[in-house]
Amino acid sequence: MTAVTAPGAPTADPARNITRTLVIGLVLMAAALPFLVGKSGVISNFTFLQLSLMIVYAIAVLGLNLLTGFNGQISLGHGAFFAVGAYTAAVLIETYGVNYWLTLPVAAVLCFVIGYLFGLPALRLEGHYLALATFGLAIAVPQMLKYKHLEPITNGVMGINLMKPDAPFGLALSSDQWMFLVVLIVAVAMFWAARNLLNSRPGRAMIAIRDNTLAAGTMGIDTSRYKATVFGISALYVGIAGALHAIIFEFVSPDSFRFELSIAILVGAVVGGVASLPGAIIGGVFVQFIEKYADAMTKKLTQAIHLPLELQPWTLYGITLIVLIYVMPGGIAGGLAALWARFRRRA
Amino acid sequence: MEQLIQQIASGLASGAIYALVALALVMIFTATDHLNFAQGEMAMFSTYVCWQMIQWGVPFWPALAFTILFSFILGVMIERIILRPLHNASVLSIVVVFIGLLAIFHSLAGGIWSHTIKNFPSPFPNVTFAGSGYIGAHQIGMIAVSLIMLFALWGFFRFTPLGLAMRAAAQNPVSARLVGVNVDWMLALGWGLAAAVGAVAGAMVAPVVYLEPNMMASILLYGFAGALVGGISNPAGAVFGGFMVGVLENLVAYFGNLTEKTFGIYIVGNGEKLTVALIIVIAILTLKPAGLFGRTTVKRV
Repeated sequence: MTAVTAPGAPTADPARNITRTLVIGLVLMAAALPFLVGKSGVISNFTFLQLSLMIVYAIAVLGLNLLTGFNGQISLGHGAFFAVGAYTAAVLIETYGVNYWLTLPVAAVLCFVIGYLFGLPALRLEGHYLALATFGLAIAVPQMLKYKHLEPITNGVMGINLMKPDAPFGLALSSDQWMFLVVLIVAVAMFWAARNLLNSRPGRAMIAIRDNTLAAGTMGIDTSRYKATVFGISALYVGIAGALHAIIFEFVSPDSFRFELSIAILVGAVVGGVASLPGAIIGGVFVQFIEKYADAMTKKLTQAIHLPLELQPWTLYGITLIVLIYVMPGGIAGGLAALWARFRRRA
Repeated sequence: MEQLIQQIASGLASGAIYALVALALVMIFTATDHLNFAQGEMAMFSTYVCWQMIQWGVPFWPALAFTILFSFILGVMIERIILRPLHNASVLSIVVVFIGLLAIFHSLAGGIWSHTIKNFPSPFPNVTFAGSGYIGAHQIGMIAVSLIMLFALWGFFRFTPLGLAMRAAAQNPVSARLVGVNVDWMLALGWGLAAAVGAVAGAMVAPVVYLEPNMMASILLYGFAGALVGGISNPAGAVFGGFMVGVLENLVAYFGNLTEKTFGIYIVGNGEKLTVALIIVIAILTLKPAGLFGRTTVKRV
C-alpha cells in the first residue's frame, strides 16, 4: 500500500485553501440542487434517488476505507454491518414508529458495539485470517436474518417494506429530493468527522498501526484497543449507510445483503483508493453506477466484440479489480494524485 | 440411535468433500502462504467443464481425467500470469485479486452455462449392500476418493523428488533456490495441484448438491473451517478436520432437531448451517489458531 499524503498541520498552504473552498462550494451547490429544480422535473425523482444511493455507498466505502486503508485491517464482510444498520432502521420505523432521524444514532451505536465485539477476536488475526473470518460473516448473515426466533422482528424472507418520509415544514420538495438533502447532510457530517479523526492523535496512531504494528506498539500505542475500536467505528459508518439505504430504498430483505454487497463495498474502496477520503466518494459513485448500468454495459460490450457467451456484470467487476491492482494500486484517487504530483514537478 | 448413526454416516460423507476442499486450501497455503478465496469457484468452474464433457457423450472417468488436467493447467496459468507479478504485493492486494478471480469464475460459469440448476451424474453404481441403510453408494465412493487423494498426495510429497522440491520451496525459498530448486515453478505447480484437487472435490459433491454457480460458497466456508480445525499447515490434519466438521455439522442439526421434538424449543437447524461454520471458524481462530495438529509458527521480527 502506498503511503497516504500525510494529514498535515494547519498551515497556510494556498492549495489547501483552494481545495477547502472548492469542497464547500460543491457541497452547497449540491444542497441547492433540489430547491433550484423544485417540482419542474428537470432532474427526475429517480435521478435524485440514484444520487442519494451514490452518497450512501460513499459513506459505506468510507467506513471500509477507515478500516482497511488507514488501519490495515481487511474486511470482506462489511455487508453484514450494512444489513444490521438497514434492519435497525426498518424495524424501528415500521414496528415502533420511530422518527427516521432517530434511527441513525441507534443504528450507529448498535453497529459500533457489534463491530467492536467482532473486532475483539479478530484482533488476534491478521491479513488473510481476518479476511477469512469476515468472509464467513458475509456468507452467514443472510441466514442469520432468516433465523426463526428473529422472524417476529425481521419478518423472515419476506423482508420489511417502508414508506419514504415526506419533506417537513411544508418545503416544496418531493420526498426523493428531501431524502437527497438528508443523505447529503449526513454524508458531510460523516466525512468531516473522518477527516478530523485522521488529523488527530488517535488518527495518527491508526495509521502508525497500519504501517508497522510492532513499532506502533513499542511507541506506547495500545494496538489491540485501537484495532477493535477502529473496527467498531468502521462498522458504525457502514451501519449508518445501511440505515439510510433502508430509508430511501424503502425495502429490506435478507437477500439484499448477500455476499455480493460486501464485495461491492470492497470493490468501491479499491477502485476509489483505500487510503483516501475523496476516493470513498469515487468508490460510492462507482458502486451505484455499476449496480445500475453494468447489465446494460456488459450486454453492449458482448455485442460489440461478438463474444459467443453472455458477459455478466461480475466479470467486469473481477477484471476491474485485478487490472486496478496492477496499474493503480492506490485506486483512482491515488492515480490522480500521482498524476498531479508528476504534473507539478514538471511545471 | 439408528438416526444418530445415519447422521454421523452422512456427516462423514459431506466431511469427505470438506476434506478435499480443505486439502486444496492447505496445498496453496503451504506453497504460497495465501488463503485462496477463489478456490471454491475454481472448483465449481472445473465441475462445469466436466459436466459439459459428459453432455458431449464422454464417459465419466475420462471426462474427470480431462477435467483434472484442464484444472491443473488453469491453476498453473493463474499463478504464472496473474499472481506472479504480485509477488511482493501487500496482503490486501492479493486478497482483492482472489476476490476478483472469484467474481470472474462465478460470472463466467453463469454466463456460459446459465444459472439453472443441473443434475450431475454419480460415477458410482447404485447398489445395495450391508449397511446401505445408513449410507449410500455415492457417499462411500466420496469417502474412498478423498482418502485415495490424500494418500496419493502424501506419497507424492513424501517420496518423489518433485514433492521434496515443492516442500523445500515452500519452507525456505532462498535456500531452496541455492540448491537448484526452481522455486517459481514450484509455486505454480502448487496452484495447479490445488486446482486439480478442487476439480475432484467439485465432481464428487455435484451429484449431492446439484450443479449451479453458487454451489461452492458454503462448501468453501466449511473447507476453511476444516482446514483451520486440523491446522492450516498440515494436509492430514486438514483432511481430519474436514471430516470432523462434516460430522459436527450433522450432529448440530440432529441435536437441534431432538431438542425441538422433546422440549419444543427450536434452537438450531439446517437453516443455521453457515452460522455454525462461522462460529467454528472464529472459535478456532481465536482459541487455537494453529489448529489441532498444526505447527505454531514463530515470526522473526
